[in-house]
Amino acid sequence: MEICNNVHSTNLVEFAKDRPELVVFSGDLTGSTEISLFRDTYPDRFFSLGMAEQNMLSWAGGLAREGYVPYLHTFAVFMYRRPYDQLAMSVAYPNQKVRLVGFLPGIMTPGGVTHQAIEDLAVLRGMPNMTILEVGDATDIESVLDIAHPIDGPVYIRMLRKTVPRLFPATERMVFNQARILSQGTDLTLISTGICTEESMRATEILKRKGVSITHLHVSTIKPFSDPTVLEALTKPKYGVITMENHNIIGGVGTAVAEMMAENGIGKKLYRIGIPDTWAHGAEARYLMREYGLDAIAIVRKVEEILGTEFGISEDDLTAVRLEEAFSLSVEQLEAL
Amino acid sequence: MNNNSQASWQEEAQRVAFGIRKQVLELTIERNGCYLSQALSSAEILATLYTKVMNLGPSIAPMLPPPYEGVPGPDIPAGSGGLYHGEHAPHLDRFLISPAHYAVAIYAALVEVGRMDRAGLKQFNIDGYSVEMIGAEHSPGFELTTGSFGQAVSQAGGIAMGRRLKGHTGRTFVFMSDGELEEGQTWEAVQALAFYKMDSVIVYVDVNGQQVDGLTKDIMNIEPINSRLLGFGATVSVVDGHDVDALAKAADEGEPGKPHFVLCYTDTAKGIPLLEERKPKLHYVRFKDEAEMAIYQKFLDEMSFETMEVA
Repeated sequence: MEICNNVHSTNLVEFAKDRPELVVFSGDLTGSTEISLFRDTYPDRFFSLGMAEQNMLSWAGGLAREGYVPYLHTFAVFMYRRPYDQLAMSVAYPNQKVRLVGFLPGIMTPGGVTHQAIEDLAVLRGMPNMTILEVGDATDIESVLDIAHPIDGPVYIRMLRKTVPRLFPATERMVFNQARILSQGTDLTLISTGICTEESMRATEILKRKGVSITHLHVSTIKPFSDPTVLEALTKPKYGVITMENHNIIGGVGTAVAEMMAENGIGKKLYRIGIPDTWAHGAEARYLMREYGLDAIAIVRKVEEILGTEFGISEDDLTAVRLEEAFSLSVEQLEAL
Repeated sequence: MNNNSQASWQEEAQRVAFGIRKQVLELTIERNGCYLSQALSSAEILATLYTKVMNLGPSIAPMLPPPYEGVPGPDIPAGSGGLYHGEHAPHLDRFLISPAHYAVAIYAALVEVGRMDRAGLKQFNIDGYSVEMIGAEHSPGFELTTGSFGQAVSQAGGIAMGRRLKGHTGRTFVFMSDGELEEGQTWEAVQALAFYKMDSVIVYVDVNGQQVDGLTKDIMNIEPINSRLLGFGATVSVVDGHDVDALAKAADEGEPGKPHFVLCYTDTAKGIPLLEERKPKLHYVRFKDEAEMAIYQKFLDEMSFETMEVA
């Protein structure tokens, strides 16, 4: 598995080259959100809005009305939690083309509860006009701007930074509202998003060896949530559906899947893996993923529980599935928070 | 000669202000309730901006406002209420309304300056029409959705920045209320306007000293507004908000490289002295009984521009 660095940084600069309408706003987190290169390459299109998110959101809405497409860069949590009203009334209600590039979603940050966007999907799924995308690897990062840019309305992106794995071939780009099918099977359907997809891939690989047949989908379009590929995958499994997300189990992808199953009369069990409706705390991402059950072993244990079996899979077995690469998150550098 | 033409714009502005007061009082009686005091305090500000200060193109909206057409989206453009302020052109000014609770005063002003049909005001607060009680950006005169306070100044900054990037020479005017100075976002906006040297932004503030619960000085003090704004890097003119000469002159008192604020000190009972006794509870005027309503009806019937004390 290839490990990539600072993918957004270079991709954004390349993407912006022939798009003079694209401007970048920084909420005083220029280095931490990989836009230093953009600032140095296109200084006339880079605007520092400081630590004043309410003003930044409304200002972006105003600039978008003049035909520019502002790409706001800050941590995901600062994009919606403090400036929620400004996002709603200055951006989403007037359906402005503002792009919210939110870094360190969920429990990706040791910055603790103030820095952890764990309910962003819950609140932004409920915001009319909003499109929500989430990346899970380097290929997703390289293609997410192609999808986001033309959308007529605001787009929120759960973005990854620094060291990220390439899980999908560089040529197989993200497609709007279309899940990636990572494996096909009949026992269980597993829907994963963001960083949870890498964990899921490790778990499904070893479970397959134990004879469990799993359909595994990676979802990158979270709103709208109407992909026929997902719907079809929900109808198939013998033992039920598992969702796994770097978000509170309430209001995120698990909830979206529940709604889709209920509305389509799919009478199967649904198991939601995510942050178990709790606030988190400051610690390294891998530690928190273990603490809140967002890692590969959590899926294995969930599958064992569903099937009433013990496969005898250990941590070491999962480590061995790491495709001869160090787990990408473990080398995440501690940057400015 | 010169005196005549000067007298004419001032009289025109005062006539518009009188018309705003009269129409809104009429509506207040007809509906038994309206945002009357806001119209009384802002009448000369709006009148002077529309008739003298701003360089707006002719309205490109229907004289009679269309029914509510839906929320902005692929088929419905944002900011349709702004069409009453004319086309967007590089050399023309823009006018952004911040306190949506002043909607009735805006509608009345649009009628008085010939941008909206008088019949449009009759649609005020009638279900299904766009002439809403607290306007949004589909409402006549509104380009932004500003019922949640403090957001227009920031949006004006973004609009003015976009216009500067495109080389526009027109200015961007904002009308706001003093209560909005209590919102933290307002100060974030002034900070950013000063940081980006947005001298094309001119903000007229109706300092009527009143908010829902009472006087601003008792509910949450905002003074000294002048020195606070100066400290944030804006330029400030302080004027009698019922003096059309002072209001007009203040527009040109800014300095290059700074956003300009005009603090217009006003009276929420201006033109209708009957309201004095209800101060400071004037946020929304509703009459107590038919007897009181009759007193106001009599006042309305006798209202005339010629006999009214103006300025």
